[in-house]
Amino acid sequence: MVALHGVGRDFDVSKPWLTRLIEAAPRQLLQAVDNLSLEIRRGETAGLVGESGCGKSTVARLIVGLYTPSRGYIEFDGNRQTPRAGAWSAEVRRRMQMIFQDPYASLNPRWRVADIVAEPIRAQGWAIHRQDLRARVAELLTQVGLAPRDGEKYPHEFSGGQRQRISIARALSSAPEFLICDEPTSALDVSVQAQILNLMQELQDRLGLTYLFISHNLAVVSQMATRVGVMYLGRLVELAGTQTLFSRPQHPYTRMLLDAIPDLEMSGRPRTPVAGEVANPLDPPSGCAFHPRCPHANPRCRVERPELKGWRDGTLVACHAVEEGRIGAD
Amino acid sequence: MPAPLLEVKHLRVEFPTRRGTLVAVDDVSFHIEPGEVLGVVGESGAGKSLTGLAIIGLLEPPGRIGAGEVLLEGARIDNLPPEAMRRLRGRRIGAIFQDPLTSLNPLYTIGRQITETILAHLPVSRNEARDRAVALLAEVGISAAERRLNHYPHQFSGGMRQRVVIALALCAEPRLIIADEPTTALDVSTQAQIIALLKRLSQRHGAAVMLITHDMGVIAETAQRVAVMYAGRIAEIGPVRSIIHAPSHPYTAGLMRSIPRIAHTGVGRDSAQLAQIDGAMPRIDAIPPGCAFHPRCPQRFERCDRERPALLATGDRLAACWLYASDAGR
Amino acid sequence: MFYSFRRSPATIADAVLALLCVGGALLAPWIAPHDPFDLASVNLLDSFMPPAWSGQGKAGHLLGTDNQGRDVLSAILYGARISLGVGVAAVLLSMVLGVGLGLISGYAGGRLDALIMRVADVQLSFPAILVALLIDGVAHVALPRASYGSIALYVLILAIAISGWVQYARTVRGSTLVEKNKEYVQAARVIGRHPAAIMRHHLLPNVMGPVLVIATIHIATAIITEATLSFLGVGMPPTTPSLGTLIRIGNDFLFSGEWWISVFPGVALVVLVLSVNLLGDWLRDALNPKLR
Repeated sequence: MVALHGVGRDFDVSKPWLTRLIEAAPRQLLQAVDNLSLEIRRGETAGLVGESGCGKSTVARLIVGLYTPSRGYIEFDGNRQTPRAGAWSAEVRRRMQMIFQDPYASLNPRWRVADIVAEPIRAQGWAIHRQDLRARVAELLTQVGLAPRDGEKYPHEFSGGQRQRISIARALSSAPEFLICDEPTSALDVSVQAQILNLMQELQDRLGLTYLFISHNLAVVSQMATRVGVMYLGRLVELAGTQTLFSRPQHPYTRMLLDAIPDLEMSGRPRTPVAGEVANPLDPPSGCAFHPRCPHANPRCRVERPELKGWRDGTLVACHAVEEGRIGAD
Repeated sequence: MPAPLLEVKHLRVEFPTRRGTLVAVDDVSFHIEPGEVLGVVGESGAGKSLTGLAIIGLLEPPGRIGAGEVLLEGARIDNLPPEAMRRLRGRRIGAIFQDPLTSLNPLYTIGRQITETILAHLPVSRNEARDRAVALLAEVGISAAERRLNHYPHQFSGGMRQRVVIALALCAEPRLIIADEPTTALDVSTQAQIIALLKRLSQRHGAAVMLITHDMGVIAETAQRVAVMYAGRIAEIGPVRSIIHAPSHPYTAGLMRSIPRIAHTGVGRDSAQLAQIDGAMPRIDAIPPGCAFHPRCPQRFERCDRERPALLATGDRLAACWLYASDAGR
Repeated sequence: MFYSFRRSPATIADAVLALLCVGGALLAPWIAPHDPFDLASVNLLDSFMPPAWSGQGKAGHLLGTDNQGRDVLSAILYGARISLGVGVAAVLLSMVLGVGLGLISGYAGGRLDALIMRVADVQLSFPAILVALLIDGVAHVALPRASYGSIALYVLILAIAISGWVQYARTVRGSTLVEKNKEYVQAARVIGRHPAAIMRHHLLPNVMGPVLVIATIHIATAIITEATLSFLGVGMPPTTPSLGTLIRIGNDFLFSGEWWISVFPGVALVVLVLSVNLLGDWLRDALNPKLR
């Protein structure tokens, strides 16, 4: 349904022109996303995980059209994204919506909830009766677990979890097929998170939605997604089915991430110690971006950037060590 | 049996407002043994941060301690004059807060901040203080400590900064450290490193830790005992292992069931959905009578809406739930 | 909306005062005891009459008369009307100009932003009153004497408006820069709304808060600026005097004993400005949805 082909995005984070002139400093380009290719099939929930600075939020914004790619292109159901500022046609926009992370900043504090939820419908420009609109808003609010009369209130009268529900209602109002969820529960308490995740799954079953679920929380992604992609410093390093990824991770970074999660079961399983910190994205390491922290790095890793290649079970991995069979496949 | 390091008895933190006095922490009692790590877990609004602030005397007015006692090594500290409290802070109780960005003064080198703190509390010479600072930095895992003493906070990454904050908390050799969400703002891999560090250091320096967090996983990794807070009260308190594996209080049970987990064995959760607790934590001005959790509790009965349960002994822990009343008055 | 009103007796007192001043000014033609500009009713023999409570005053002229026999109280009421009118109109125009440019500057960024801000910076290096004086004085000279009287009002409003837009633009630009990165703006962009619609419907309500504060202070400043310009002779002409003009007229007689011609308009100016400020404070609180 959605396909990214070799998408890259750079940000110019150079110092202001005058400062650069005086200091004779070079332009600085931040490669937030580099050569990312991904396909999201209709009806599935694709998960994207990674730590901060890995570029997953940038990917979300690239898909939805808030940024335009510096390299590569994106397709939605066969339509290609145009390089203009608009990026997608109105028709495509209707079919693709987004849910944001911060429940406190994603709703306009000066608008009533009913107006917030109705905005996508109004923006379509269809002639619609006020009664019908009100009925639709009421229907949406009930669908996400709120009361129709909540439409009269302002966002600040609701809790974080309820605000996320409003965000979801807004995203659903134009009857989209594809929903991009950028860390939708990261700002919520655990019990509220469970409610929202359940709601999202229920809505997916009922409305036949396709999700792209982005999070830094691996447990949440394992709960929600059918396929998971792992990102590191703007690149996709592993892509596999959820079960496969979490039971038989291949890429050293994926293994490290899984080991780092606190063990609620307290099973006392052996864990490889975590090394170092995420490198500065402005100055990524040469070759494989992960090599300074990788226990399996060899000279080739320092020089040559690994490509995402097929491994068994339909997994895609970008790692020389895996390809060469240097790591045990457990 | 040695006397507990910290004893909190019937602590009450309240906020007088125009509309009446709001009670944020209501009759909370617990103790911490020397050298142990007590986890205080709860969702936002449960009052755990306020408890920590009350103990260390950093409650912002109009918040105040309305009732109860806080005893450190047998002596009351909640009623000390500000000057005495100031001397206590750092020397006998250290603190680590959530945001490493704002915990350090950006205008001073970290070396200066650490040495100043040491000099303020310990009777040592300036050179000795400097040596201790270097040793501490090395201990928290900052390489080239000698050189990095002269660096400013912004020259450190997030994880490194938090290590500096830990060093700062330990430098005057306190007996108790209050850590309020020390890893929440960090990446998963960094989080794991910091948790391990905290655990190691507290053991080595013999400092007890009151670890306040909403993340049960962090508690499972670090603490020996845990107190679960709900709506300003303690719901359950006891050994970590047994509470996590077999919680007594219905809230704890619901919480544990709603945490998404990764199945490492490749066998997924048997239900596609997370168990959720309906409703939300009551706001501070709308706490229900009797047991604060009763409106959401699947096991409530008649007594629960009338009487507030005291902490009742059951098995190896205490739970504030009428299910465990010895007279079984259902 | 009236809850904030009832909250303290001080606010009520302020509000009553404000209402009196503004009401008095607006209703001048109906409540003034005399029409000071109706040449027929003005009697030169009545000139220089002191206020009614001093020995030689006449009952009909409560605050005395000026050098041409016009009733000071009536002149004040009419003058306040003009002062208030000019002040409010100038501020409204200034606000539209400044907020508009600030929004565009903040949202568009890049070169447009740089251009607008440099123009603002240049203008800020001149004192506002000088800018107003410049515009007004040039118009005074450039336009034919005959038509000047009728359009003096509009030139004055324009001059004061242009002298004040920068503070709105700067503040709004700052708020816009903060708000435009917030997720509700991104959500609007995802929905596909036009930038103008986003600025108008999403950003504008959220950046208006500080604008109202500035505007209330600005009305006071505008009134005083107008008074200053009129005092200097480049503002309202004596045929339709504002409070500033009245003060100027009375200034000549200040030291020769007829103090009331200048002092009362001066006091009226102070009271008017004060009450406008108070009204603005209340308006700002009342319009904040979070306090409802």
